[in-house]
Amino acid sequence: MAELRYRDDEPHEQPAVTLDAFLDQSNAAAVRLEPDDDARALIPYLDRISLIEVGFPAFRDGRGYSAARILREAGYTGELRAQGDILVDQIAFMRRCGFDSFAPEGSLDPAAVERALGQFPYAYQTAADDADPIWKLRHE
Amino acid sequence: MYSYDKYDQSIVDGRVAEFRDQVKRRLAGEITEDQFKPLRLMNGLYLQLHAYMLRVAIPYGTLDSRQMHKLADIARKYDRGYGHFTTRQNIQYNWIKLEDCPDLLDDLASVEMHAIQTSGNCIRNISSDQYAGAAADEVTDPRPWAELLRQWSSFHPEFSFLPRKFKIAVIASKEDRAAMRLHDIGIELTQKNGEIGARVFVGGGMGRTPMIAPEIGPFVKAEDLLSYIEACMRVYNRFGRRDNMYKARIKILVHEIGADEYRRQVEEEFAHVKKLGIDPPLAELERITEFFAPPEFAADADIKVDRSDPDFALWLDQNVKDHKQPGYAIVNISLKPIGGIPGDASADQMDVMAEIAKQYSFDELRVTHAQNIVLPHVAKKDLHTVWRALREAKLADANLDLISDIISCPGLDYCSLANARSIPVAQKIATRFADMDRQRDLGELKLKISGCINACGHHHAGHIGILGVDRKGVENYQLTFGGSGAEDVAIGKIIGPGFDEDGIVDAVEKATDVYRELREEGERFLDTYRRVGVTPFKEAIYG
Repeated sequence: MAELRYRDDEPHEQPAVTLDAFLDQSNAAAVRLEPDDDARALIPYLDRISLIEVGFPAFRDGRGYSAARILREAGYTGELRAQGDILVDQIAFMRRCGFDSFAPEGSLDPAAVERALGQFPYAYQTAADDADPIWKLRHE
Repeated sequence: MYSYDKYDQSIVDGRVAEFRDQVKRRLAGEITEDQFKPLRLMNGLYLQLHAYMLRVAIPYGTLDSRQMHKLADIARKYDRGYGHFTTRQNIQYNWIKLEDCPDLLDDLASVEMHAIQTSGNCIRNISSDQYAGAAADEVTDPRPWAELLRQWSSFHPEFSFLPRKFKIAVIASKEDRAAMRLHDIGIELTQKNGEIGARVFVGGGMGRTPMIAPEIGPFVKAEDLLSYIEACMRVYNRFGRRDNMYKARIKILVHEIGADEYRRQVEEEFAHVKKLGIDPPLAELERITEFFAPPEFAADADIKVDRSDPDFALWLDQNVKDHKQPGYAIVNISLKPIGGIPGDASADQMDVMAEIAKQYSFDELRVTHAQNIVLPHVAKKDLHTVWRALREAKLADANLDLISDIISCPGLDYCSLANARSIPVAQKIATRFADMDRQRDLGELKLKISGCINACGHHHAGHIGILGVDRKGVENYQLTFGGSGAEDVAIGKIIGPGFDEDGIVDAVEKATDVYRELREEGERFLDTYRRVGVTPFKEAIYG
């Protein structure tokens, strides 16, 4: 269950299956990716998945950020959850990469999360969120 | 020089506010040192042997007098009246109090400076050629490209938790003054059919496994640059090793899968990423380029410099380089006085350099990867005045690229990673060769010292390299020959068993004796070594 969720639809309540189990035969609608898993393996099935959970066993392991962007770039619109060793100071990066729910191992102070998300009004890069990059604002 | 608009300023201000909050939480005990560590590291704050060390970014090594004055103010206000210029063209302060940091960052932000991404496993400060905009051999000024990359890499949401730190250099000349191919990504701007593009090298680096970066992208167009580099980064972020921090740099990935396979993956990723619209229009590069327009050089500035003062003439010959504009020169300020600490400058010296830059160098200064300072645009008619002012501040050592112009890491005197001291060795070698006639006779000789295998002192790239190791609790120094960080890039080779602190100084001296005996007309130490091989040197040193 996500502690923080930035979606309006009903949360998917079935447990997520591993990527291997999913690719084997499963008709599960929720999948969990470990850092080693190739997110691109899910691309053919994205329209029937409603939750992808990406594991962060250690906050230093940043592979999940690329996994999230790859999934959003491929058109995935379902829930994308970051689970594991997630610190408040990473939420803004994760939101920009397309994560829209969070299940941290420790608990997060909602006020601190709010502050962190409001810290930077602009961003330099195009990413998976809908923020216009600064270069676009400059040349509008 | 680049100047912030409201967007750039909002990013830096946001960071200061964020860090102020993080420090407050740490000081209040709401977060542990363990939790705080990645946060302070993202802000360039290291816990060293004696105190916190703060590293301030100087993007592509360029700064103006206002910024240099501020660096001096910070040295006085928060440190012990000096700072240390680094091989990444940054400045470090060694005696910082944690509770002062937010105010210090505020002071930096007031002059459009910051410490963002000067540490941590992210894309670090982009380095460049210290003669950018002044060198006759450049195809364009590389700094606008570096600034474009600086902005793209700042708080990049996907690449802030890479397997390991990531360093990018951009140059635009055949002569490589930035050790470009010893970077994770080295970019050489080049011209093809009248168009400027990027030759992209990936997977170089020093550290415990030195590698020279192979060419991955032969010609990347300006309008594709960010997509291409993003593709390079994504392949690394996904597949770079994370099981062993010593094998986590991109050079290991490129080496293990091979340059061809890495290139194939990058090209595949690029074909995908290019469709995402992450590249700004060329108008953005043009907007940035306008900030780097050449200064208004005087057309009639070409004069013959009066060389009648012999000390001045020596300095001219050693530290002053040709400028692309007739009547102007590039002045190198050595931060390597004999017996001093390489790269250190006092607050007063910083103020002097800032004042001289303001009056005589169109308000511009550069930091070099060799830990010196450059005044890029000095009119020849002002050279004597500039020299006298520098001499007054003990900044006129005429030893650029000579044996006493040593690159050295801070070593065991400051650094918690070091195995051996490097500064005292640098001081002893410089003192042994203090006679300037002797140094000039030896000619260009790049000597670089690292106090541990991490190679922050670039010993792999030294014509003579020295590596300090710990051997059963005793400091021991290994000697390498034949390295270079220039366009003739090479990794030095260890020549034999190591030495103690005095032994290494003697060994260096013997090596220079062999060189003097065997050199042919016009040969540098490096050339002679490459021609004759290691044997005569070994015989003299170990025989």
